[in-house]
Amino acid sequence: MQSAPILTPSTLSVNDLPWQVDWDIHTCTLCGRCTSVCPVSAIELGVFRKRTVEATLALQKKPTNNYSIYYGIRQRTDPAYRCIGCAMCNMVCPNNAITPRLRPEATTLKFHNNRGGQARTRGGRRNDSGSLLDQIKFIRISMLTDPALDAGRHEFELRTLLGRVQPPEEGLHALEEHAWVPAVREIYPLMIGSMSFGALSPNMWEGLIMGVTYLNEELNMPVRMCTGEGGCPPRLLRSRFLKYVVLQIASGYFGWDEIIKALPDMKEDPCAIEIKYGQGAKPGDGGLLMWYKVNKLIAAIRGVPQGVSLPSPPTHQTQYSIEESVAKMIQSMSMAWGFRVPVYPKISGTTSSTAVLNNLIRNPYAAGLAIDGEDGGTGAAYNVSMNHMGHPIATNLRDCYEDLCTAGKQNEIPLIAGGGIGKNGNLAANAAALIMLGASAVQSGKYMMQAAAGCLGSEHDRCNVCNIGVCPKGITSQDPRLYRRLDPEKVAERLVDVFLSFDTELRKIVAPLGRSTSLPIGMSDALGISDYHAAQRLKIKYVV
Amino acid sequence: MCRLFALSSRDPVSPMRAIEALNVMKEGHDGSGVGLFLHDLGGPFGEMKDAPILSGIFTDDGLKRLDAFMDERGFVTKSTLVLDPKTKVPAGTPVRGTYMARAYEVPADLKGKDQAERELTYMTLRVALRLMGEGKEDIRVFSFWPDTIMVKEVGDPLTVAEYLGLDRPELFCRRILAQGRQNTNYAINLYACHPFFLQGVCTMTNGENTAFIPIKEYLLSRGFPGYMGYQSDSEVFAHIMHFTLKRLGLGIEYYKHVITPLSNAEMEGHPDRELLARIKQTCRKLIIDGPNCVIGCLPEGTMFMVQDRKKLRPGVVGGKDGMFAFSSEICGLDAAIPDRDEHADFQPMHLDTAIVRPECQEVTICNQLQSLPRPH
Ligand code: SF4
Ligand code: SF4
Repeated sequence: MQSAPILTPSTLSVNDLPWQVDWDIHTCTLCGRCTSVCPVSAIELGVFRKRTVEATLALQKKPTNNYSIYYGIRQRTDPAYRCIGCAMCNMVCPNNAITPRLRPEATTLKFHNNRGGQARTRGGRRNDSGSLLDQIKFIRISMLTDPALDAGRHEFELRTLLGRVQPPEEGLHALEEHAWVPAVREIYPLMIGSMSFGALSPNMWEGLIMGVTYLNEELNMPVRMCTGEGGCPPRLLRSRFLKYVVLQIASGYFGWDEIIKALPDMKEDPCAIEIKYGQGAKPGDGGLLMWYKVNKLIAAIRGVPQGVSLPSPPTHQTQYSIEESVAKMIQSMSMAWGFRVPVYPKISGTTSSTAVLNNLIRNPYAAGLAIDGEDGGTGAAYNVSMNHMGHPIATNLRDCYEDLCTAGKQNEIPLIAGGGIGKNGNLAANAAALIMLGASAVQSGKYMMQAAAGCLGSEHDRCNVCNIGVCPKGITSQDPRLYRRLDPEKVAERLVDVFLSFDTELRKIVAPLGRSTSLPIGMSDALGISDYHAAQRLKIKYVV
Repeated sequence: MCRLFALSSRDPVSPMRAIEALNVMKEGHDGSGVGLFLHDLGGPFGEMKDAPILSGIFTDDGLKRLDAFMDERGFVTKSTLVLDPKTKVPAGTPVRGTYMARAYEVPADLKGKDQAERELTYMTLRVALRLMGEGKEDIRVFSFWPDTIMVKEVGDPLTVAEYLGLDRPELFCRRILAQGRQNTNYAINLYACHPFFLQGVCTMTNGENTAFIPIKEYLLSRGFPGYMGYQSDSEVFAHIMHFTLKRLGLGIEYYKHVITPLSNAEMEGHPDRELLARIKQTCRKLIIDGPNCVIGCLPEGTMFMVQDRKKLRPGVVGGKDGMFAFSSEICGLDAAIPDRDEHADFQPMHLDTAIVRPECQEVTICNQLQSLPRPH
């Protein structure tokens, strides 16, 4: 008799894991593709020994033991190698012999994935599929007295402004006097949210910028993408495509050496500068690029040694108060480009968003405010930050917009909202809801990864290994063996598909509301929700 | 859809002329209300061009409160016109009190002030009176402005006009805006009846303003006490005109550029591109989007008609030397000015502003693609 294996508190069975791998011995050809593709080595080739007892009838002879050996796939139960449900194994299996299965009631792993006292970090975003934005309906449909517009045939101008818009009196006066006027860009209301160059693979980046360029230059859709922390590839900085890019400066200032160095050679101004004070998924936490992903290229662009983790501080270390920090940064960034580029801060949704906004209202150089709600953000963060910190975007945005109305500035400081737009696939509806709650533009990052590059992450803790550089799709990996899987051309193609279909859906929403030539920013009379308290809070109609 | 009719004439005419035009367009409105704006008066009020005239509906109590209020501010009654009903109350029209227009002698200190200050005072007083009357509904004021009378009531236009006896010399005037109301989305409230008036600017609209809420919020936040009310989504059209004229100092040719700016492509070759781009950018909140035909009158008597960007509502302008009319339908025009040259009738399209100056000589068409007069 074999002795029992050692059982420790963290010894888990397959049943304790949320993702279980079903493997079919009958169809498996033992080609080994699944084990080689598995990003976390959750499965391995196993050698199994089987005993068959053979007993003859009426015990004429003594029963015999037959030992046979067969090969198969074994799922590892060590928490460090648990299956993440990415289904890459299934994707490569010629016979569909293997597939991961979600077992939501298996919760034991939750209590054991902090080995060595390390709290869990991961990529992805808040694993919660509920979304208030999905509950909002557009209830004001034109019909008899005001015929609906034809989404397919009428002329539409779904554009928005990014930059400080002066009040009409001031703007006309400035024109007459040839005075300085803050830079304002007319852009498409859906922006690609900030995902940094270090976080994304070079192929993903290339695909995104190619798609953005195509949208701008061939389809006349002024789509903009934000870079996130970590700088920008030097060639892009010196190219004419820079005008489609919003450069982000975050608290680590990573990559800014390169940007400053490239300034004299820039053929075009960037679309805008985003100063990151916070992001939705890890409010108050700074950025974190783990050492796995800091390869030679990233190290060079960021100006750091290779193979070290790069945590950004939670705040810009050179400043110590919002007022000073925001004003100073905006001023100096504006100055760097001769006051020709809009500069705006990005903060995470928080109860003090309105305080930040009120500061910006009084700052003539502030070009907008981006707010990232709790559902936003990718990259690496502690599980606890992603799941339990931050403020939902809808109320945060609404409060800010109402503040703007009170101050009479609602056309002047654009609010850019992000955080969970399209988390359940309803990109256009969620975006339209936020616009009608007061956003001038919306930002989305994860949806782009999912739709344009096939990111496998879901709201059920699927995949989420973006942080450790083993992204099975090659989206968030700096390992050429992995990112070669991602074809930039295909990413660009899909990105264009996403924007075109988004555009159609947005028209399908605004046309029946009778809007077509100006974005329905703040058109809250068109919104309804069946949650009484949400309706009260957002000051929209309560409908059941 | 409401029916609109406006008349601009060199010589004073009876308001009934406009009411009859509404009556032939009867199919288009359900007779749920009528509103009249009468300007550049011919009768006795025409002799006192500078005296502000208060027009509205007052109960006996309301009249007492009004007199006390105006007394206190040094306004002395100069002349009063009471519209005393001639027939019995039409079905559906409530009995409200005295329909009245009263011209005032302005207190001496106000007389010495400049025009802007006088205008602000008139408006502030009107708003104060309106608020005063809102609780008890004993005072309803539609305008307080020199040479201007407004009448509004619920009911079929022709019946109401006969009931109030509008065919009287005191009401003859050179500029008339008249609306036959089709009740749509909102409850019937007299303040929600077109036309809408603010400091000499008056407009009425046909159609629904789908951008109402954001525009209303924007105007409310301008900090100008006259931007109030908004019982109707069309009221903002008058206020945007006021904003364009008084706050931005831009003439009627600019109004359409504010509410329905050119597309970027159209703006490309425009001689005033820079100015238009700036207007489009800074006045973005004021862009209208629904199906709307707006007819209006400016303080000095210029009348205009503009369409929404897609021209989703009917509207026609026509007339002869000395008299021109703006109408929702050609039959309205036929009824009011039958002897005009019909071939010269003009239906403004999505880029046009049709303008008739007070001299009533011709219809000027201002196309958005044309160059603009310099802003003053
Ligand atoms: S689903 Fe993904 S993580 Fe799980 S075994 Fe298959 S490849 Fe490995
Ligand atoms: S597919 Fe890549 S980017 Fe998507 S969740 Fe997995 S590791 Fe992250």
